Amino acid sequence: MTTPSSPPTQTEDTTPLRPVRLPWRWLVGSVGLLVTTVLIAMAVGPAGLPASAIAIEIVNYVPGIDVDGGLSELESAVLWELRAPRIVLAMLVGAMLAVAGAGYQGVFRNPLADPYLLGVAAGAGLGATLAIVNDVDQNLVPVIAFVGGTAGVAATYALGRGVGGRDTNTLILAGVAVAAFLTAVQTYVNQRNTDSLREVYGWILGRFLTAGWHDVLIVLPYIVVALAVILAHRRLLDVLSVGQNEAGSLGVPAARVRLVVVLAATLGTAAAVAVSGLIGFVGIVVPHIVRMLAGASYRVVLPLAAIVGAAFLVGADLIARTIVAPGELPVGVVTAFIGAPFFTLVLRTSGSRW
Amino acid sequence: MTGLTIDQVGVTLLGRQVVDDVTLTVPAGHWVTVVGPNGAGKSTLLRAVAGAVAHEGRIELEGVRLAGLRSRQRARTVAVVPQEPARPEGMAVVDYVLLGRTPYVPYLGIESAADLAVVGDLLDTLELREFAERPVTSLSSGEFQRTVLARALAQEAPLLLLDEPTSALDLGHAQQVLELVDEMRSQRGLTVVSALHDLTTAGQFADSLVLLVAGAVVAEGPAPEVLTEELIAAHYGARVRVVDDPGGGLVVIPMRGHARQDAP
Repeated sequence: MTTPSSPPTQTEDTTPLRPVRLPWRWLVGSVGLLVTTVLIAMAVGPAGLPASAIAIEIVNYVPGIDVDGGLSELESAVLWELRAPRIVLAMLVGAMLAVAGAGYQGVFRNPLADPYLLGVAAGAGLGATLAIVNDVDQNLVPVIAFVGGTAGVAATYALGRGVGGRDTNTLILAGVAVAAFLTAVQTYVNQRNTDSLREVYGWILGRFLTAGWHDVLIVLPYIVVALAVILAHRRLLDVLSVGQNEAGSLGVPAARVRLVVVLAATLGTAAAVAVSGLIGFVGIVVPHIVRMLAGASYRVVLPLAAIVGAAFLVGADLIARTIVAPGELPVGVVTAFIGAPFFTLVLRTSGSRW
Repeated sequence: MTGLTIDQVGVTLLGRQVVDDVTLTVPAGHWVTVVGPNGAGKSTLLRAVAGAVAHEGRIELEGVRLAGLRSRQRARTVAVVPQEPARPEGMAVVDYVLLGRTPYVPYLGIESAADLAVVGDLLDTLELREFAERPVTSLSSGEFQRTVLARALAQEAPLLLLDEPTSALDLGHAQQVLELVDEMRSQRGLTVVSALHDLTTAGQFADSLVLLVAGAVVAEGPAPEVLTEELIAAHYGARVRVVDDPGGGLVVIPMRGHARQDAP
């Protein structure tokens, strides 16, 4: 609950005031969606595992309960060493991208802002490309992508500042310039190293194929901290919706709030991108669905975007690994396939909603 | 009670001196209205008082320098009704007015029941309770302006700044809003500084007027000293008749024809 629940006592009117709060039905509904999606994703795959056995396996994790679900050792390993980390990683990345997108949309007051806006994607892409063409150890690719992503955003901030702009538009334009430059460098590197093109391409389109608990542990701290920081700013993002000047007259240091939210969103996104590649549209699609269904307040949008974002990416990854089985599509292709038409729809209606 | 002191205040924007060496005193509980032609620097002067633009000179309320206050403290001291307030999509009136409690809510905290009680009282006082759950985007201009005023009053600041608060309103709603401001001022002992276009209204609702031209004060005092046909002709380039209203106050009537050529 994000708002006080007790009604005022000294007012004349008997109707209690009902300030915005996270609606229970949407909270329960989105958690239900997430649980359902996760269970389906755990059950579906090349090694058909019975849903009942999976349910028993999960219940077994409750202390004091020990039931035999009937899974063989191999089946159990498939469940816990292959599918589970992949699903957990998809949940973390999905939640992060959706919350980062909503955060960016809040601080930039722009419905089309997405987590890759300020050069994270281009920086991480260049980092990964350089790592892959130089045959760097597989385990280091995410680290180098992370460094590239944060360097991209740092360059955007430096450029935005350097040209003297303090407003959000200058920063967005600086992001466009930095992204164009880094992408150009990346294209050049790829041109010179066509033999590794396929691998680079596979990374860019996003994948959870090789996900293990190792990847989950790498990103977990970044994503947990980033999510916590952005969610803690949900009320302040509502204040920012009246614009920087009015927010300032209400006592909110708008520039500082923007910096903190952008930093958290960027670090979280860079961590997500580092392990999963570039997965587009989650940061736009999910916050918009939530906004349309449950309301525009960030007290509602941010928590729901985290849950729905997690469910969305688990679902998209499920489609990615089953639709062309035994092959696998990059998950970025699936999210873009759903996201692009949706994005167009948002464009058509955004005039009336923002 | 010394009220608001503006001492030798200047504001330079993009190399242009927009406010030039303005010195004014507004006694506590008084209402001073700044008038002047377009581009005279009225809004900028108000923005300087609100701390939204950097300025030279000294601005103090009850002896406390406003520029030295932290942003939350300043928001508890100065409340602003902006000229064109944003209407956030989908935000209900109650949540909009609650924004005025921002300076009292801990940085990452949430509003308390006491904050909600303050808002409830204001919604009743300004007759907004029936709109409490309506989105601000669905309100008429008059209703929205009352809502913006409620948000400013929720800040419980002793100084209220109004920048053209009636520019979007018809005559009836403009009068209603200004009457409300006056009522709140006397009830709560607020010091009010406003910028207004309409000279007659300005004269009726303020204790004293300040005529600002090209960033500098050219006249100040009670309405009869500022609203003279000569000053208006000289600085607005307008031909007007100023007549005494038998009910008290002055009425500024625009006359057909242009006085700019006759201006001294």
